[in-house]
Amino acid sequence: MRTNAINEMKVSFPSTSANESFARAAVAAFAAQLDPTVDELSDVRTAVSEAVTNCIVHAYRDTIGEITLTVRIYEGRRLVVQVKDKGCGIEDVEKAMEPLFTTGGEERAGLGFAVMESFMNRLHVTSRPGKGTCVTMEKRLSGRSGHGR
Amino acid sequence: MGVQLQMKQGELIALLDGEIDHHGARELREEIDAAAQRTKPRLLTLDFSGVQFMDSSGVGLIMGRYRMMSEWGGEVCVANLPPRLEKLVSLAGIRELCTVISGKEGQA
Repeated sequence: MRTNAINEMKVSFPSTSANESFARAAVAAFAAQLDPTVDELSDVRTAVSEAVTNCIVHAYRDTIGEITLTVRIYEGRRLVVQVKDKGCGIEDVEKAMEPLFTTGGEERAGLGFAVMESFMNRLHVTSRPGKGTCVTMEKRLSGRSGHGR
Repeated sequence: MGVQLQMKQGELIALLDGEIDHHGARELREEIDAAAQRTKPRLLTLDFSGVQFMDSSGVGLIMGRYRMMSEWGGEVCVANLPPRLEKLVSLAGIRELCTVISGKEGQA
């Protein structure tokens, strides 16, 4: 377990689209111990869905590969989600993160990273072409008194 | 996840249901498009009252249907959008493309 994480879970699965809902459910189940608000949980589920979909649609475009999902809980009710693949990588991360930019075709909105960025408090993307991509995002959950907002 | 389609007086209503993600979007798209291409409605209403979750694949679904309807001058209406989906719809600028009618909490 990485230093000073209070709790951690790691799960890996093949990049089949049926696992998009599994990934959302797995993160939500793990995050439940922090008793997040409905809105916070919805934000995290949406961001995870985007990151995992990127692996399926882009990283492993014409193939099936392994996606590793790691979720850590830190002091101060911080939830850190990492989505890692060993796929094709991103040539230009900055460009890929521009809203509406997509190489996914007509039915993709090009909003994956924009959603992760605005639904989470922090987003960090590292990528090496031919080696893979690692998306790390953090959500700071409100205190219990903030429930129901 | 699924869709129920109703045609009434030139309006095609697609009652969406469950979670809309990349995995399920293709089937929804194919069903809606098949009916729309056949009937060429002037209005396509995407009813989100039964949608519990959606990510940007849902946005792609709306934008793609907007493009298709534009081919014959038809319009798209997003109806009964649950409050928790507002954030995503705003981020995507969907209101610039079509009418969005907000729904009530707890409808889904």
